[in-house]
Amino acid sequence: MSLFQYDFMLRALVGALIIGLAAPALGIYLVQRRLALIGDGIGHVALTGVGAGLLFQTSPVIMAVIAATAGAIVIELIRERGRTSGDLALALLFYGGIAGGVVLVGLSDSTNANLNAYLFGALTTTSREDLVTIAVLGVAVLAAMIALRPALFAVCHDEEYARVSGLPVRALNLLLAVTTAITVTIAMRAVGVLLISALMVVPVATAQQVTRGFRATMAAAMALGLFAAGAGIWMAAVANTAPGASVVVLAIASFIVVTLLAAGWRRLRRARPVPAPAPEPHEVVLHGS
Amino acid sequence: MTTEVISVAHGVVGYDGRPVLRDVSLTVTAGEVVAILGANGSGKSTLIRAVLGLVPLSAGSVTLFGRPARRFRQWHRIGYVPQRLGAGSGVPATVAEVVASGRLARRGVLRPPGRADREAVAEALRAVGLADRAKDPVATLSGGQQQRTLIARALAGRPELLVLDEPTAGVDAASQEAFAGALRAFVDDGGTVLLVAHELGPLRPLISRAVVVHQGFIAHDGAVPDPAGHHAAPDHDHVHPHGPEEPAGLWSTR
Repeated sequence: MSLFQYDFMLRALVGALIIGLAAPALGIYLVQRRLALIGDGIGHVALTGVGAGLLFQTSPVIMAVIAATAGAIVIELIRERGRTSGDLALALLFYGGIAGGVVLVGLSDSTNANLNAYLFGALTTTSREDLVTIAVLGVAVLAAMIALRPALFAVCHDEEYARVSGLPVRALNLLLAVTTAITVTIAMRAVGVLLISALMVVPVATAQQVTRGFRATMAAAMALGLFAAGAGIWMAAVANTAPGASVVVLAIASFIVVTLLAAGWRRLRRARPVPAPAPEPHEVVLHGS
Repeated sequence: MTTEVISVAHGVVGYDGRPVLRDVSLTVTAGEVVAILGANGSGKSTLIRAVLGLVPLSAGSVTLFGRPARRFRQWHRIGYVPQRLGAGSGVPATVAEVVASGRLARRGVLRPPGRADREAVAEALRAVGLADRAKDPVATLSGGQQQRTLIARALAGRPELLVLDEPTAGVDAASQEAFAGALRAFVDDGGTVLLVAHELGPLRPLISRAVVVHQGFIAHDGAVPDPAGHHAAPDHDHVHPHGPEEPAGLWSTR
Protein backbone atom coordinates (compact mmCIF):
# COMPACT_ATOMS: atom_id res chain seq x y z
CA MET A 1 0.00 0.00 0.00
CA SER A 2 1.62 3.15 -1.19
CA LEU A 3 0.24 5.21 1.69
CA PHE A 4 2.38 3.25 4.11
CA GLN A 5 5.51 4.60 2.50
CA TYR A 6 5.00 7.55 4.83
CA ASP A 7 6.72 7.03 8.13
CA PHE A 8 3.85 8.42 10.16
CA MET A 9 1.41 5.93 8.61
CA LEU A 10 3.79 3.07 9.28
CA ARG A 11 4.20 4.16 12.90
CA ALA A 12 0.43 4.43 13.23
CA LEU A 13 0.04 0.92 11.85
CA VAL A 14 2.64 -0.67 14.13
CA GLY A 15 1.25 1.14 17.18
CA ALA A 16 -2.30 0.07 16.35
CA LEU A 17 -1.27 -3.55 15.81
CA ILE A 18 0.45 -3.77 19.21
CA ILE A 19 -2.56 -2.24 20.94
CA GLY A 20 -4.93 -4.42 18.92
CA LEU A 21 -3.12 -7.46 20.28
CA ALA A 22 -2.63 -6.35 23.90
CA ALA A 23 -6.05 -4.78 24.60
CA PRO A 24 -8.16 -7.94 24.10
CA ALA A 25 -5.57 -10.11 25.89
CA LEU A 26 -6.23 -7.99 28.97
CA GLY A 27 -9.89 -7.32 28.20
CA ILE A 28 -10.84 -10.99 28.39
CA TYR A 29 -10.10 -11.00 32.14
CA LEU A 30 -12.12 -7.84 32.62
CA VAL A 31 -15.06 -9.33 30.72
CA GLN A 32 -14.80 -12.54 32.71
CA ARG A 33 -14.96 -10.56 35.89
CA ARG A 34 -17.87 -8.43 34.64
CA LEU A 35 -15.82 -5.27 34.68
CA ALA A 36 -16.15 -4.65 30.95
CA LEU A 37 -16.49 -0.91 31.38
CA ILE A 38 -13.66 -0.45 33.87
CA GLY A 39 -11.34 0.57 31.03
CA ASP A 40 -13.65 3.47 30.35
CA GLY A 41 -13.53 4.63 33.96
CA ILE A 42 -9.77 4.40 34.11
CA GLY A 43 -9.55 6.20 30.78
CA HIS A 44 -11.47 9.10 32.24
CA VAL A 45 -9.06 9.23 35.16
CA ALA A 46 -6.13 9.11 32.75
CA LEU A 47 -7.51 12.27 31.17
CA THR A 48 -6.82 14.14 34.41
CA GLY A 49 -3.23 12.97 34.09
CA VAL A 50 -3.12 14.27 30.52
CA GLY A 51 -4.46 17.61 31.71
CA ALA A 52 -1.85 17.78 34.45
CA GLY A 53 0.88 16.90 31.96
CA LEU A 54 -0.21 19.62 29.54
CA LEU A 55 -0.51 22.14 32.36
CA PHE A 56 2.89 21.45 33.90
CA GLN A 57 4.59 20.93 30.53
CA THR A 58 5.64 17.40 31.42
CA SER A 59 4.94 14.31 29.33
CA PRO A 60 1.14 13.88 29.24
CA VAL A 61 1.55 10.15 28.63
CA ILE A 62 3.68 9.58 31.74
CA MET A 63 1.27 11.67 33.83
CA ALA A 64 -1.63 9.71 32.37
CA VAL A 65 0.04 6.41 33.35
CA ILE A 66 0.48 7.69 36.90
CA ALA A 67 -3.10 8.99 37.20
CA ALA A 68 -4.61 5.90 35.59
CA THR A 69 -2.60 3.54 37.80
CA ALA A 70 -3.63 5.40 40.93
CA GLY A 71 -7.25 5.37 39.77
CA ALA A 72 -7.12 1.66 38.95
CA ILE A 73 -5.69 0.78 42.36
CA VAL A 74 -8.36 2.86 44.11
CA ILE A 75 -11.11 1.14 42.11
CA GLU A 76 -9.66 -2.30 42.89
CA LEU A 77 -9.44 -1.55 46.62
CA ILE A 78 -13.04 -0.32 46.60
CA ARG A 79 -14.15 -3.44 44.74
CA GLU A 80 -12.33 -5.64 47.25
CA ARG A 81 -14.01 -4.05 50.28
CA GLY A 82 -17.64 -4.11 49.31
CA ARG A 83 -19.56 -4.54 46.14
CA THR A 84 -22.45 -2.19 46.76
CA SER A 85 -20.50 1.04 46.92
CA GLY A 86 -18.28 0.08 43.98
CA ASP A 87 -20.82 1.26 41.46
CA LEU A 88 -21.05 4.71 42.95
CA ALA A 89 -17.30 4.99 43.50
CA LEU A 90 -16.82 4.17 39.84
CA ALA A 91 -19.22 6.91 38.81
CA LEU A 92 -17.33 9.41 40.97
CA LEU A 93 -14.05 8.45 39.34
CA PHE A 94 -15.55 8.61 35.84
CA TYR A 95 -16.87 12.12 36.14
CA GLY A 96 -14.22 13.41 38.49
CA GLY A 97 -11.59 12.21 36.05
CA ILE A 98 -13.04 13.75 32.94
CA ALA A 99 -14.01 17.02 34.64
CA GLY A 100 -10.56 17.31 36.19
CA GLY A 101 -8.97 16.67 32.84
CA VAL A 102 -11.04 19.28 31.03
CA VAL A 103 -10.40 21.88 33.74
CA LEU A 104 -6.65 21.25 33.73
CA VAL A 105 -6.41 21.31 29.93
CA GLY A 106 -8.39 24.58 29.98
CA LEU A 107 -5.91 26.07 32.48
CA SER A 108 -2.94 25.16 30.27
CA ASP A 109 -2.36 27.09 27.07
CA SER A 110 -2.96 24.09 24.82
CA THR A 111 -5.74 24.18 22.29
CA ASN A 112 -8.92 22.18 22.00
CA ALA A 113 -7.28 20.17 19.25
CA ASN A 114 -4.87 18.88 21.85
CA LEU A 115 -7.68 17.63 24.07
CA ASN A 116 -9.42 16.07 21.09
CA ALA A 117 -6.29 14.08 20.34
CA TYR A 118 -6.67 12.34 23.69
CA LEU A 119 -10.44 12.05 23.60
CA PHE A 120 -10.61 10.50 20.14
CA GLY A 121 -7.06 9.34 19.51
CA ALA A 122 -4.35 10.71 17.25
CA LEU A 123 -2.49 7.75 15.91
CA THR A 124 -1.04 9.56 12.92
CA THR A 125 0.81 11.96 15.22
CA THR A 126 2.62 9.03 16.90
CA SER A 127 6.27 9.97 17.25
CA ARG A 128 9.16 7.51 17.28
CA GLU A 129 9.41 7.89 21.08
CA ASP A 130 5.67 7.28 21.45
CA LEU A 131 6.00 4.13 19.42
CA VAL A 132 8.82 2.85 21.64
CA THR A 133 6.65 3.51 24.73
CA ILE A 134 3.70 1.72 23.16
CA ALA A 135 5.86 -1.23 22.10
CA VAL A 136 7.59 -1.70 25.47
CA LEU A 137 4.43 -1.33 27.57
CA GLY A 138 2.27 -3.28 25.12
CA VAL A 139 4.64 -6.23 25.02
CA ALA A 140 4.95 -6.18 28.82
CA VAL A 141 1.16 -6.32 29.22
CA LEU A 142 0.89 -9.05 26.62
CA ALA A 143 3.61 -11.15 28.25
CA ALA A 144 2.03 -10.85 31.71
CA MET A 145 -1.45 -11.73 30.45
CA ILE A 146 -0.22 -14.81 28.59
CA ALA A 147 2.32 -16.07 31.14
CA LEU A 148 -0.06 -15.70 34.09
CA ARG A 149 -3.14 -16.98 32.28
CA PRO A 150 -3.84 -19.98 34.57
CA ALA A 151 -3.60 -17.89 37.73
CA LEU A 152 -5.48 -14.89 36.35
CA PHE A 153 -8.15 -17.21 34.96
CA ALA A 154 -8.55 -18.84 38.36
CA VAL A 155 -8.84 -15.51 40.16
CA CYS A 156 -11.33 -14.05 37.68
CA HIS A 157 -13.33 -17.28 37.45
CA ASP A 158 -13.72 -18.05 41.16
CA GLU A 159 -11.96 -15.68 43.52
CA GLU A 160 -12.79 -17.63 46.69
CA TYR A 161 -11.43 -20.84 45.25
CA ALA A 162 -8.27 -19.00 44.22
CA ARG A 163 -7.95 -17.77 47.80
CA VAL A 164 -8.27 -21.30 49.21
CA SER A 165 -5.67 -22.39 46.64
CA GLY A 166 -3.26 -20.04 48.34
CA LEU A 167 -2.88 -17.81 45.27
CA PRO A 168 -1.75 -14.22 45.91
CA VAL A 169 -5.23 -12.99 45.01
CA ARG A 170 -4.73 -9.38 45.98
CA ALA A 171 -1.41 -9.10 44.12
CA LEU A 172 -2.97 -10.61 41.00
CA ASN A 173 -5.94 -8.24 41.22
CA LEU A 174 -3.65 -5.26 41.59
CA LEU A 175 -1.56 -6.51 38.67
CA LEU A 176 -4.72 -6.60 36.61
CA ALA A 177 -5.62 -3.08 37.73
CA VAL A 178 -2.19 -1.70 36.88
CA THR A 179 -1.98 -3.43 33.50
CA THR A 180 -5.45 -2.09 32.74
CA ALA A 181 -4.20 1.42 33.48
CA ILE A 182 -1.14 0.91 31.27
CA THR A 183 -3.18 -0.51 28.42
CA VAL A 184 -5.66 2.34 28.68
CA THR A 185 -2.89 4.88 28.50
CA ILE A 186 -1.21 3.43 25.45
CA ALA A 187 -4.54 2.77 23.76
CA MET A 188 -5.46 6.39 24.40
CA ARG A 189 -3.03 7.33 21.61
CA ALA A 190 -4.74 4.98 19.23
CA VAL A 191 -8.47 5.19 19.77
CA GLY A 192 -8.88 7.90 22.39
CA VAL A 193 -10.25 7.86 25.91
CA LEU A 194 -13.84 7.55 24.73
CA LEU A 195 -13.28 4.40 22.68
CA ILE A 196 -10.73 2.49 24.77
CA SER A 197 -13.09 -0.06 26.25
CA ALA A 198 -14.23 -1.01 22.76
CA LEU A 199 -10.82 -2.44 21.89
CA MET A 200 -10.65 -4.36 25.16
CA VAL A 201 -14.16 -5.75 25.10
CA VAL A 202 -15.56 -6.00 21.57
CA PRO A 203 -13.05 -8.56 20.21
CA VAL A 204 -13.71 -10.73 23.29
CA ALA A 205 -17.47 -10.44 22.81
CA THR A 206 -17.02 -11.41 19.16
CA ALA A 207 -14.73 -14.35 19.87
CA GLN A 208 -16.92 -15.92 22.54
CA GLN A 209 -19.79 -16.31 20.07
CA VAL A 210 -17.91 -19.15 18.43
CA THR A 211 -15.36 -20.48 20.93
CA ARG A 212 -15.77 -23.18 23.56
CA GLY A 213 -12.87 -22.53 25.91
CA PHE A 214 -11.09 -19.65 27.60
CA ARG A 215 -7.77 -20.16 25.88
CA ALA A 216 -9.40 -20.35 22.46
CA THR A 217 -11.42 -17.21 23.22
CA MET A 218 -8.26 -15.35 24.17
CA ALA A 219 -6.45 -16.39 20.99
CA ALA A 220 -9.42 -15.56 18.78
CA ALA A 221 -9.96 -12.19 20.48
CA MET A 222 -6.32 -11.28 19.96
CA ALA A 223 -6.54 -12.25 16.29
CA LEU A 224 -9.70 -10.15 15.91
CA GLY A 225 -8.07 -7.19 17.66
CA LEU A 226 -5.07 -7.46 15.36
CA PHE A 227 -7.36 -7.61 12.32
CA ALA A 228 -9.50 -4.63 13.40
CA ALA A 229 -6.40 -2.54 14.14
CA GLY A 230 -4.69 -3.35 10.85
CA ALA A 231 -7.79 -3.01 8.71
CA GLY A 232 -8.86 0.14 10.56
CA ILE A 233 -5.59 1.90 9.84
CA TRP A 234 -5.73 0.78 6.23
CA MET A 235 -9.28 2.12 5.96
CA ALA A 236 -8.19 5.38 7.53
CA ALA A 237 -5.38 5.68 4.98
CA VAL A 238 -7.52 4.83 1.97
CA ALA A 239 -10.79 6.53 2.86
CA ASN A 240 -9.27 9.29 5.00
CA THR A 241 -11.39 8.43 8.02
CA ALA A 242 -10.42 8.95 11.66
CA PRO A 243 -8.06 6.04 12.47
CA GLY A 244 -9.23 5.30 16.02
CA ALA A 245 -12.91 5.35 15.15
CA SER A 246 -12.25 3.23 12.04
CA VAL A 247 -10.61 0.54 14.17
CA VAL A 248 -13.59 0.46 16.54
CA VAL A 249 -16.14 0.51 13.71
CA LEU A 250 -14.43 -2.49 12.13
CA ALA A 251 -14.29 -4.32 15.47
CA ILE A 252 -18.03 -3.82 15.91
CA ALA A 253 -18.70 -4.76 12.28
CA SER A 254 -16.89 -8.07 12.85
CA PHE A 255 -18.99 -8.60 15.97
CA ILE A 256 -22.18 -8.21 13.95
CA VAL A 257 -20.96 -10.41 11.10
CA VAL A 258 -19.76 -13.17 13.43
CA THR A 259 -22.98 -13.03 15.48
CA LEU A 260 -25.11 -13.39 12.36
CA LEU A 261 -22.93 -16.19 10.96
CA ALA A 262 -22.95 -18.03 14.29
CA ALA A 263 -26.74 -17.73 14.56
CA GLY A 264 -27.14 -18.94 10.98
CA TRP A 265 -24.79 -21.86 11.57
CA ARG A 266 -26.68 -22.88 14.71
CA ARG A 267 -30.00 -22.74 12.87
CA LEU A 268 -28.57 -24.76 10.01
CA ARG A 269 -27.26 -27.40 12.37
CA ARG A 270 -30.57 -27.64 14.17
CA ALA A 271 -32.44 -28.02 10.88
CA ARG A 272 -30.19 -30.86 9.77
CA PRO A 273 -31.46 -34.28 10.96
CA VAL A 274 -29.44 -35.73 13.81
CA PRO A 275 -27.42 -38.70 12.49
CA ALA A 276 -28.44 -41.97 14.11
CA PRO A 277 -25.74 -43.41 16.36
CA ALA A 278 -25.73 -46.84 14.72
CA PRO A 279 -27.36 -46.88 11.29
CA GLU A 280 -29.12 -50.09 10.37
CA PRO A 281 -27.63 -52.00 7.45
CA HIS A 282 -29.14 -51.06 4.12
CA GLU A 283 -31.75 -53.39 2.81
CA VAL A 284 -30.64 -52.90 -0.74
CA VAL A 285 -27.36 -51.69 -2.15
CA LEU A 286 -27.59 -49.47 -5.16
CA HIS A 287 -24.72 -49.81 -7.60
CA GLY A 288 -23.75 -47.26 -10.16
CA SER A 289 -24.36 -43.51 -10.26
CA MET B 1 -3.57 -42.53 63.13
CA THR B 2 -5.09 -39.62 64.99
CA THR B 3 -3.40 -36.65 63.42
CA GLU B 4 -5.43 -33.49 63.80
CA VAL B 5 -6.35 -32.10 60.40
CA ILE B 6 -8.78 -29.38 61.45
CA SER B 7 -9.24 -27.92 64.87
CA VAL B 8 -11.61 -25.07 65.70
CA ALA B 9 -11.51 -23.80 69.27
CA HIS B 10 -14.31 -21.57 70.55
CA GLY B 11 -14.88 -20.05 67.13
CA VAL B 12 -17.15 -17.01 66.92
CA VAL B 13 -18.25 -15.46 63.62
CA GLY B 14 -20.60 -12.56 63.08
CA TYR B 15 -21.82 -10.71 60.00
CA ASP B 16 -22.44 -7.02 60.61
CA GLY B 17 -22.69 -7.56 64.34
CA ARG B 18 -25.22 -10.38 63.96
CA PRO B 19 -23.69 -13.55 65.45
CA VAL B 20 -23.80 -16.58 63.16
CA LEU B 21 -21.48 -18.92 65.07
CA ARG B 22 -21.52 -18.32 68.80
CA ASP B 23 -19.05 -20.75 70.35
CA VAL B 24 -18.04 -23.61 68.14
CA SER B 25 -15.33 -26.17 68.81
CA LEU B 26 -14.65 -28.95 66.36
CA THR B 27 -11.79 -31.34 65.69
CA VAL B 28 -11.40 -33.48 62.59
CA THR B 29 -8.67 -36.11 62.54
CA ALA B 30 -7.05 -37.74 59.52
CA GLY B 31 -9.22 -40.29 57.72
CA GLU B 32 -12.50 -39.05 59.17
CA VAL B 33 -15.50 -38.18 57.04
CA VAL B 34 -17.39 -35.55 58.97
CA ALA B 35 -20.76 -34.17 57.89
CA ILE B 36 -21.94 -30.83 59.21
CA LEU B 37 -25.70 -30.84 59.32
CA GLY B 38 -28.23 -28.23 60.19
CA ALA B 39 -31.17 -26.21 58.96
CA ASN B 40 -30.77 -23.33 56.51
CA GLY B 41 -29.27 -20.39 58.32
CA SER B 42 -27.93 -22.50 61.18
CA GLY B 43 -24.38 -21.40 60.39
CA LYS B 44 -23.11 -24.66 58.91
CA SER B 45 -21.72 -23.09 55.73
CA THR B 46 -20.21 -20.28 57.76
CA LEU B 47 -18.38 -22.88 59.84
CA ILE B 48 -16.49 -24.31 56.87
CA ARG B 49 -15.89 -20.86 55.42
CA ALA B 50 -14.31 -19.90 58.72
CA VAL B 51 -12.18 -23.06 58.64
CA LEU B 52 -10.91 -22.07 55.18
CA GLY B 53 -10.25 -18.48 56.20
CA LEU B 54 -12.91 -17.07 53.85
CA VAL B 55 -14.69 -15.37 56.74
CA PRO B 56 -12.75 -13.97 59.68
CA LEU B 57 -13.26 -15.25 63.21
CA SER B 58 -14.11 -12.56 65.72
CA ALA B 59 -12.93 -14.84 68.54
CA GLY B 60 -11.41 -18.28 68.90
CA SER B 61 -8.91 -19.98 66.63
CA VAL B 62 -8.59 -22.36 63.70
CA THR B 63 -5.72 -24.81 63.27
CA LEU B 64 -5.05 -26.57 59.96
CA PHE B 65 -2.70 -29.57 59.86
CA GLY B 66 -1.32 -28.52 63.22
CA ARG B 67 -0.57 -24.95 62.18
CA PRO B 68 -2.49 -21.82 63.15
CA ALA B 69 -4.61 -20.91 60.11
CA ARG B 70 -2.99 -17.48 59.96
CA ARG B 71 0.38 -19.05 59.26
CA PHE B 72 -0.88 -21.97 57.18
CA ARG B 73 0.63 -21.95 53.67
CA GLN B 74 0.31 -25.56 52.45
CA TRP B 75 -2.94 -24.93 50.61
CA HIS B 76 -2.25 -27.80 48.20
CA ARG B 77 -3.19 -30.14 51.05
CA ILE B 78 -6.76 -28.82 50.94
CA GLY B 79 -9.29 -29.24 48.15
CA TYR B 80 -12.28 -26.91 48.36
CA VAL B 81 -15.55 -27.61 46.59
CA PRO B 82 -17.86 -24.57 46.73
CA GLN B 83 -21.61 -24.82 46.59
CA ARG B 84 -21.80 -23.85 42.97
CA LEU B 85 -19.82 -22.60 40.07
CA GLY B 86 -19.50 -18.83 39.81
CA ALA B 87 -22.55 -17.30 38.18
CA GLY B 88 -20.99 -17.76 34.74
CA SER B 89 -19.23 -14.80 33.31
CA GLY B 90 -20.00 -15.06 29.65
CA VAL B 91 -16.45 -15.93 28.66
CA PRO B 92 -16.63 -19.64 27.90
CA ALA B 93 -14.32 -22.05 29.72
CA THR B 94 -13.96 -25.77 29.08
CA VAL B 95 -14.40 -28.37 31.80
CA ALA B 96 -10.68 -29.19 31.57
CA GLU B 97 -9.74 -25.51 31.96
CA VAL B 98 -11.81 -25.19 35.13
CA VAL B 99 -10.39 -28.42 36.55
CA ALA B 100 -6.84 -27.26 35.67
CA SER B 101 -7.26 -24.41 38.19
CA GLY B 102 -7.05 -27.12 40.84
CA ARG B 103 -3.37 -27.58 40.04
CA LEU B 104 -2.37 -24.02 40.90
CA ALA B 105 -2.10 -24.65 44.64
CA ARG B 106 0.55 -27.25 43.90
CA ARG B 107 2.28 -25.57 40.97
CA GLY B 108 2.29 -21.94 42.00
CA VAL B 109 1.54 -18.89 39.90
CA LEU B 110 4.59 -18.64 37.70
CA ARG B 111 5.30 -22.17 36.52
CA PRO B 112 3.51 -23.15 33.30
CA PRO B 113 1.44 -26.35 33.38
CA GLY B 114 3.36 -29.53 32.54
CA ARG B 115 2.70 -33.18 31.89
CA ALA B 116 2.02 -33.98 35.56
CA ASP B 117 -0.67 -31.29 35.60
CA ARG B 118 -2.38 -32.61 32.48
CA GLU B 119 -2.32 -36.15 33.84
CA ALA B 120 -3.78 -35.08 37.18
CA VAL B 121 -6.57 -33.20 35.38
CA ALA B 122 -7.39 -36.22 33.21
CA GLU B 123 -7.37 -38.52 36.23
CA ALA B 124 -9.65 -36.22 38.24
CA LEU B 125 -12.08 -36.05 35.32
CA ARG B 126 -12.12 -39.84 35.09
CA ALA B 127 -12.75 -40.09 38.84
CA VAL B 128 -15.98 -38.09 38.52
CA GLY B 129 -17.00 -39.64 35.21
CA LEU B 130 -16.58 -36.55 33.06
CA ALA B 131 -13.59 -37.59 30.94
CA ASP B 132 -15.67 -37.38 27.76
CA ARG B 133 -16.79 -33.82 28.53
CA ALA B 134 -13.30 -32.36 29.06
CA LYS B 135 -13.44 -30.10 26.00
CA ASP B 136 -17.06 -28.99 26.42
CA PRO B 137 -17.91 -25.54 27.77
CA VAL B 138 -18.86 -25.78 31.46
CA ALA B 139 -21.97 -23.73 30.81
CA THR B 140 -23.44 -26.55 28.68
CA LEU B 141 -23.27 -29.03 31.57
CA SER B 142 -26.16 -29.91 33.87
CA GLY B 143 -26.09 -28.69 37.47
CA GLY B 144 -24.94 -32.08 38.68
CA GLN B 145 -22.19 -32.27 36.08
CA GLN B 146 -21.00 -28.79 37.03
CA GLN B 147 -20.86 -29.93 40.63
CA ARG B 148 -18.76 -32.90 39.55
CA THR B 149 -16.49 -30.51 37.65
CA LEU B 150 -15.90 -28.67 40.92
CA ILE B 151 -15.01 -31.83 42.81
CA ALA B 152 -12.69 -32.81 39.94
CA ARG B 153 -11.02 -29.41 40.29
CA ALA B 154 -10.45 -30.09 43.99
CA LEU B 155 -9.22 -33.65 43.35
CA ALA B 156 -6.81 -32.50 40.62
CA GLY B 157 -4.60 -30.93 43.27
CA ARG B 158 -4.32 -34.33 45.01
CA PRO B 159 -5.33 -32.93 48.40
CA GLU B 160 -5.34 -34.71 51.75
CA LEU B 161 -8.45 -32.92 52.95
CA LEU B 162 -11.60 -32.21 50.96
CA VAL B 163 -13.94 -29.49 52.17
CA LEU B 164 -17.31 -29.52 50.44
CA ASP B 165 -20.16 -27.04 50.76
CA GLU B 166 -23.56 -28.69 50.10
CA PRO B 167 -22.16 -30.92 47.38
CA THR B 168 -25.43 -32.67 46.65
CA ALA B 169 -27.84 -29.73 46.67
CA GLY B 170 -29.77 -29.64 43.42
CA VAL B 171 -27.84 -32.54 41.93
CA ASP B 172 -29.56 -35.25 39.87
CA ALA B 173 -29.48 -38.85 41.12
CA ALA B 174 -26.90 -40.04 38.54
CA SER B 175 -24.52 -37.26 39.49
CA GLN B 176 -25.03 -37.96 43.19
CA GLU B 177 -23.97 -41.57 42.63
CA ALA B 178 -20.92 -40.54 40.57
CA PHE B 179 -20.11 -38.01 43.25
CA ALA B 180 -20.41 -40.57 46.07
CA GLY B 181 -18.16 -42.93 44.09
CA ALA B 182 -15.46 -40.30 43.67
CA LEU B 183 -15.65 -39.44 47.34
CA ARG B 184 -15.44 -43.10 48.36
CA ALA B 185 -12.27 -43.55 46.27
CA PHE B 186 -10.79 -40.47 47.93
CA VAL B 187 -11.61 -41.77 51.41
CA ASP B 188 -10.28 -45.25 50.62
CA ASP B 189 -6.96 -43.63 49.71
CA GLY B 190 -6.78 -42.19 53.21
CA GLY B 191 -8.32 -38.79 52.53
CA THR B 192 -10.12 -36.71 55.13
CA VAL B 193 -13.47 -35.08 54.34
CA LEU B 194 -15.43 -32.26 55.91
CA LEU B 195 -18.71 -31.59 54.19
CA VAL B 196 -21.77 -29.50 54.75
CA ALA B 197 -25.01 -31.15 53.81
CA HIS B 198 -28.69 -30.54 53.98
CA GLU B 199 -29.46 -34.12 53.10
CA LEU B 200 -26.96 -36.93 52.83
CA GLY B 201 -28.60 -39.19 50.24
CA PRO B 202 -26.10 -41.65 48.75
CA LEU B 203 -23.29 -40.12 50.82
CA ARG B 204 -24.73 -41.48 54.06
CA PRO B 205 -22.77 -44.75 54.26
CA LEU B 206 -19.51 -42.81 53.87
CA ILE B 207 -20.03 -40.52 56.83
CA SER B 208 -18.11 -41.51 59.94
CA ARG B 209 -19.32 -38.68 62.15
CA ALA B 210 -22.02 -36.06 62.12
CA VAL B 211 -21.95 -32.59 63.64
CA VAL B 212 -25.25 -30.77 63.91
CA VAL B 213 -25.11 -26.98 64.02
CA HIS B 214 -28.12 -25.25 65.50
CA GLN B 215 -28.45 -21.49 65.98
CA GLY B 216 -24.71 -21.00 66.00
CA PHE B 217 -23.92 -23.76 68.47
CA ILE B 218 -22.95 -27.39 67.98
CA ALA B 219 -26.02 -29.34 69.07
CA HIS B 220 -24.74 -32.83 68.34
CA ASP B 221 -21.35 -34.39 67.65
CA GLY B 222 -21.19 -38.14 67.11
CA ALA B 223 -23.07 -40.82 65.21
CA VAL B 224 -25.17 -39.86 62.20
CA PRO B 225 -28.59 -39.11 63.67
CA ASP B 226 -31.70 -40.71 62.26
CA PRO B 227 -34.27 -38.54 60.59
CA ALA B 228 -36.49 -37.11 63.29
CA GLY B 229 -39.92 -35.60 63.66
CA HIS B 230 -42.16 -35.35 60.64
CA HIS B 231 -39.15 -36.01 58.37
CA ALA B 232 -39.03 -39.59 59.62
CA ALA B 233 -42.64 -40.37 58.79
CA PRO B 234 -42.85 -43.01 56.06
CA ASP B 235 -45.17 -40.92 53.95
CA HIS B 236 -43.06 -37.80 54.29
CA ASP B 237 -42.23 -36.51 50.86
CA HIS B 238 -39.40 -34.12 51.43
CA VAL B 239 -39.15 -31.81 48.47
CA HIS B 240 -36.90 -28.81 48.33
CA PRO B 241 -37.10 -26.22 45.60
CA HIS B 242 -33.44 -27.00 44.87
CA GLY B 243 -33.43 -30.66 45.83
CA PRO B 244 -33.92 -33.93 43.99
CA GLU B 245 -37.46 -35.10 43.51
CA GLU B 246 -37.03 -38.12 45.72
CA PRO B 247 -37.24 -38.45 49.49
CA ALA B 248 -33.70 -38.84 50.78
CA GLY B 249 -31.94 -38.86 54.13
CA LEU B 250 -33.33 -35.83 55.88
CA TRP B 251 -32.42 -33.70 58.78
CA SER B 252 -34.24 -31.71 61.29
CA THR B 253 -32.45 -30.07 64.12
CA ARG B 254 -34.51 -31.32 67.03
